[in-house]
Amino acid sequence: MCLAIPGKVVEISPDNQDSALVDVVGVRRRVDLGLLQDDRPVPGDWVLIHVGFAMSKISEQDAADQMSTLRMLGEIDGAMQEVSGYGLEDDEPVGENDAGFNDADVSGAKVN
Amino acid sequence: MAHGAGGKASRKLIEGLFAPLLFGAEPGPLGDAAHVDMNGTKVAITTDAFVVKPLSFPGGSIGELAVNGTVNDLAVSGAKAEAMVVSYVLEAGTPTPVLEAAIRAMAKAARDAGVRIVAGDTKVVEHGKADQMYITTTGIGRLLPGVSLDPRSVQVGDKILLSGPIGDHGITILLARGELDFEADLRSDTRSVLPLVEALIRAAGPGIRWMRDPTRGGAATSLNELARDCGLGMVLFEDQIPVRDTVRGACELLGLDPLHIANEGQFLAVVSPEYADAAINALSLAPGGSEAQVIGEVREQPAGAVLVTTLYGGSRIVDMLVGDPLPRIC
Amino acid sequence: MRFVDEFREPELISKTAEEIRRLAGDRHYRMMEVCGGHTHAIYRFGLKDILPENIELIHGPGCPVCVLPMGRIDDGLSIAQDRNVIFAAFGDMMRVPGTLGSPLEHKARGMDVRIVYSPSDALKLARLNPDRHVLFFAIGFETTAPSTALTMMRAKAEGIHNFSVFCNHVTIIPAIRAILDSPDMRLDAFIGPGHVSTVIGCRPYEWIAKNERKPIVVSGFEPLDMLQSIVMLLRQLNAGEAKVENQYKRVVPWEGNLAALKAMAEVFQLRPYFEWRGLGFISQSALSINDKYAEFDAERRFSVPGIRVTDPMAAQCGEVLKGVLKPHQCKLFGRECTPEHPIGALMVSSEGSCAAYHNYEHRKAAMVSLSSIA
Repeated sequence: MCLAIPGKVVEISPDNQDSALVDVVGVRRRVDLGLLQDDRPVPGDWVLIHVGFAMSKISEQDAADQMSTLRMLGEIDGAMQEVSGYGLEDDEPVGENDAGFNDADVSGAKVN
Repeated sequence: MAHGAGGKASRKLIEGLFAPLLFGAEPGPLGDAAHVDMNGTKVAITTDAFVVKPLSFPGGSIGELAVNGTVNDLAVSGAKAEAMVVSYVLEAGTPTPVLEAAIRAMAKAARDAGVRIVAGDTKVVEHGKADQMYITTTGIGRLLPGVSLDPRSVQVGDKILLSGPIGDHGITILLARGELDFEADLRSDTRSVLPLVEALIRAAGPGIRWMRDPTRGGAATSLNELARDCGLGMVLFEDQIPVRDTVRGACELLGLDPLHIANEGQFLAVVSPEYADAAINALSLAPGGSEAQVIGEVREQPAGAVLVTTLYGGSRIVDMLVGDPLPRIC
Repeated sequence: MRFVDEFREPELISKTAEEIRRLAGDRHYRMMEVCGGHTHAIYRFGLKDILPENIELIHGPGCPVCVLPMGRIDDGLSIAQDRNVIFAAFGDMMRVPGTLGSPLEHKARGMDVRIVYSPSDALKLARLNPDRHVLFFAIGFETTAPSTALTMMRAKAEGIHNFSVFCNHVTIIPAIRAILDSPDMRLDAFIGPGHVSTVIGCRPYEWIAKNERKPIVVSGFEPLDMLQSIVMLLRQLNAGEAKVENQYKRVVPWEGNLAALKAMAEVFQLRPYFEWRGLGFISQSALSINDKYAEFDAERRFSVPGIRVTDPMAAQCGEVLKGVLKPHQCKLFGRECTPEHPIGALMVSSEGSCAAYHNYEHRKAAMVSLSSIA
């Protein structure tokens, strides 16, 4: 149910603002923007495409955040292990919309 | 219909029905071409049918496919095509320009490939049959010296080579049919691979165990056939398989695997480890071979199957195709 | 490929897998990935090779092809027996067997069957063939339903009459409920369906965390997405927590897609009940077309046999679907039921557990050691 691929909006159709030409590494297709009426993409935006419809705009910021969280994975736990040696560990639960630890838990004052 | 798609069903049809009736009890591994002994002279011979739709597409037409396909079948059997005969089955009412274009394309492709078309036949069938044109060819050639191919000679440790990027032809055709409404700057890779095969034989002849042109069914199907014929495992390194970005994009969008997509200008070769370096060097330096890669190696396991591995340690079995590759949305 | 390749970075994958091994320790975890797309990703990326043995991934029922009763395929194809009708469907449907064969087999016998990538392509066929009727055989969960809905809205606005939809859209929450209600089910956590959630958001899963006390992480489909989701689930489980988390933030809005939900509400209504192959009848689990769009409802425009086709008694699709049995434990697996001759739909769809298992695990079980491969 779930084959959806990121594509870049190249141009909005001049005669139909609900239709855009979207590019996926050189493969192009008209994609229906009707499900994103409340937050219309503009050329240069990235959208998630499923059965020829744009389902969502892709947040470059969230993607970048996720990557940095992943890169810190081993380092966070290494730091946590070090911290636990000082008896300063803090098991603050992860917030609902986070993809990992909050930076503040680790890189802040606790590891001094 | 699945029986023509090149994968499992095709193989069952050939092995189960044709082979016993036509080839007798023990035909041995089936290749696309055969070497026939005629009173001491060995001649290579092959036959093929071309039913592509649409007849014309970016990068070529049924004409080029017919010539190159025939030349390539002979080349990967270790033979140089000398002559071809052609049979056309034409649908009544096919416009003359369409026919003319196909024949011109064949003539040019034959000149480019250095093969002579020496005889031909035409039949016309009623409107509604033959999708405008089907072409059948038979090609004969002489064996190239210095190479002896047998899938049963493949051994653990042998390297698997691929002459260039896969998936160009099949995706081009899929997009050219127009049903999926995608566009891409992509062309069929149809070409004669004979020059590359000759370069490979010159550099590594004694070490070449097996060659195949991965047409319908893709590289996965050809390698699965080899795996079955030799009882060993074909292990491929995913990051080393050459695929153009556009083909990758189309495959991701449509849920297809490039390993299952047809190619018309590439070939696979299995080469012994001692000759592998010379082989890949010769290919990459030859015209049209710059994208050749070592894509894997032969191991004991998984016996009779093809495994694709990733840099992070994941792997998956890639089976022969069952029917045509179908786009999916799930 | 942007937003794809980053999440397939081999070094990061290895690192995340290491973290998973560290977090998983010795305890046995049973996690269900609901969505067929996740099942496919697990096999395609070979994720089981890098996960520790004590993490067991159970494949859920989120495969819309797999849960479609054979009778519904028969019904759709019966409409297209009329030579005037063009039967249009996604590629996924083409090999699914009905009682008299699959759509592709019907095509070989002369039916006009077309593969479409989008419901809008089916509508386009209707525009291009005004003297034919185009029947779009719609399948999919909430990911796909809004696109079908919007297509009908466009058809109505344009006054296109030679188009109808045979609607088999189903909803994910009742399926998850059915899994949790099953007495032989024992699950620790869920990997939530990422693309369904772009439409319905994350709120609909809150009862799983609150009432059933199971963690659920809404996950993307790239290897790093799924591995990160497993890290998040392990952290919750180890801390004794049960929350809904959104791993797929870059694409899934917590509140869902309002425009998509509105389109669905405009066109669809909930069926009182619907049969799910292998799971039986589930109430309020599927969509039909409402009165306002009745002209596009194939079930009202045409009469269909509506015959219920039961699976052979020996086929244990239901238990496999619920994760109670592993595919190879079904008596027909690999014998009467193979990818070439599928008896149950779990073998037909490439993301069905049985097909995936047959093509993958079955052969790899024969392999000596995988650790030498990477």
